[in-house]
Amino acid sequence: MLRNIRTEALIALLLLVPFFAVYGLVFIYPTIQMFITSFTDAPLIGAGKWVGVDNYIRLPKDRLFILSLWNTGYFVLLSVIPGTFIALLVALGVNRLSGWLQTTVLALFFLPYILPVAVVYFLWDWILNFQFGVGMHVLDFLGMERSPVFKTTTWFMPAVALVTIWWTAGFSFLLFLAGIRAIPPEIYEAAALDNSGPWRTFRMITWPLLWPITALVLTIQLILQLKIFDQVYLFSTGGRPNDTMVMVQYIFTRAMVNNQGGRAAAIAVTLFVIVIVISVFQYQLLRMAGGSERK
Amino acid sequence: MNYATLQRWNLFGGIATVLTVVFALLWIFPIYWGIVTSLKPEDEVIRPAIELWPDNLTFEHYSNALFNTQLGLWYLNSVAVAVGVTIVTIVSSMLCGYVISQLQFPGRKLLWWLIFASFMVPIQTLIISHFELIAGLGLLNTWAGIILPQLIHPVIIIVYKQFFDNVPKDFREAAVMDNASELRILLKVFIPMNWGITTALAIVVFIWTWNAFLWPFLAVTQSEMMTVPVGITQVNDNFGVYYARQLAAAILAGLPVALTYLIFQRQVTQAITLSAGIKG
Repeated sequence: MLRNIRTEALIALLLLVPFFAVYGLVFIYPTIQMFITSFTDAPLIGAGKWVGVDNYIRLPKDRLFILSLWNTGYFVLLSVIPGTFIALLVALGVNRLSGWLQTTVLALFFLPYILPVAVVYFLWDWILNFQFGVGMHVLDFLGMERSPVFKTTTWFMPAVALVTIWWTAGFSFLLFLAGIRAIPPEIYEAAALDNSGPWRTFRMITWPLLWPITALVLTIQLILQLKIFDQVYLFSTGGRPNDTMVMVQYIFTRAMVNNQGGRAAAIAVTLFVIVIVISVFQYQLLRMAGGSERK
Repeated sequence: MNYATLQRWNLFGGIATVLTVVFALLWIFPIYWGIVTSLKPEDEVIRPAIELWPDNLTFEHYSNALFNTQLGLWYLNSVAVAVGVTIVTIVSSMLCGYVISQLQFPGRKLLWWLIFASFMVPIQTLIISHFELIAGLGLLNTWAGIILPQLIHPVIIIVYKQFFDNVPKDFREAAVMDNASELRILLKVFIPMNWGITTALAIVVFIWTWNAFLWPFLAVTQSEMMTVPVGITQVNDNFGVYYARQLAAAILAGLPVALTYLIFQRQVTQAITLSAGIKG
């Protein structure tokens, strides 16, 4: 069919006006601004003097920056792998159910993911309350000493990781379930003919075929948890926020509390680069996962 | 399959089913416990034993949260912000997805690349620039100020493009023959054919926005402009901590999204799976 390229380009441009307006204003402009600010000594609001890479040179010597980097990594380690593992187990279990039972159990596992972080915070702050929390009975049962977990530096990250897994595993679980359902049933029928037991079937069929999804879930979770702020911030109020600082929280603290926009921007750029590098890697995985799914 | 293997599968299946159901009940327990606690009088709340049902059921904490706090205002703010973000995101993403999927123009590849790249950018790192921008526009403590930085959802554009790509070419060609304008083709052909995915995407954008914490938390300093999730964490009673009251407020904060999910389970599941790049 004959197409008038010129009119078509004009129409395209017209239809893209809302997109360009939004992305230009709150995405492209702020991103460029962040990079520029990171080379200045600007306060939170207003311009600053150009200081070159000073803000970056300071980072390795900044104790709180190193700590926030370390805490973020520690949190990622505590949440990503166990969370993915639990989501996989649950998906395998739910996949075996059928009818209303499956629908109900699926909803029960997914519901926490749909809640606002503030709700998750209040639920768990109450459950792990030092004086009256039901969670303390679990510690008693395990023979451990009761402790105010969110006010203890040692317990803070594991506890927040536990809460985060509870909150976000539903998402990974859905992806695993989609992956399991995409495996053609004929493969299992063939395995059954071969007298394959549950463990062997999982190890030889389900696990290898799910590997692309597993890799995808791991990287999505990794990126998501690197950007953690909400839970850590909420649970650390009244605790020791300086000991449990994570990267986004440090950007927030430098900018909003210390009024140092330039130094905050340098931290933001660092996190930005880390996330982009991992995302490019994830994109490659996604292409692999998509490729194997389409067959 | 021989008899021994079959027996092994049956035993395994039974155990797996029981374990899954028990684990599901444990998983939902924190929510159940929050609800039960919110229905107990304060003196019952702090008893050391685990009481799974209140002795004296009370709704006083709910009426307190609804009538003695600014929750009503916060609901209004949350609804306005979530609806605003949803409408702008869906409309602009739909147009953009259509243009990339159906039209030919110079720079199309570049635009697609830009959208994909923006998918990777951690929005949280932009908080400083966003704050400066919104403050500069004089929009702190306004709905518009809370809405603007939350409009970046490139994944919605990507999903729309994929769905529009799957519309058979004949439909568009027939419409073009009839001299229909592009906007008309989008409205009369592409959107009606993709109504299901539009509903699903709108629902999850609404849920994401309702749940957002970091930006609404930064953009608002006046308690009467807060969204629900920010409001309940920032405003405390002046006289000590009342667990049941806090939990009642928290449950009211989560109720709209929980109900939305329970009503639109299929759509939510589909849109969330698609947003991760997997065909649901």
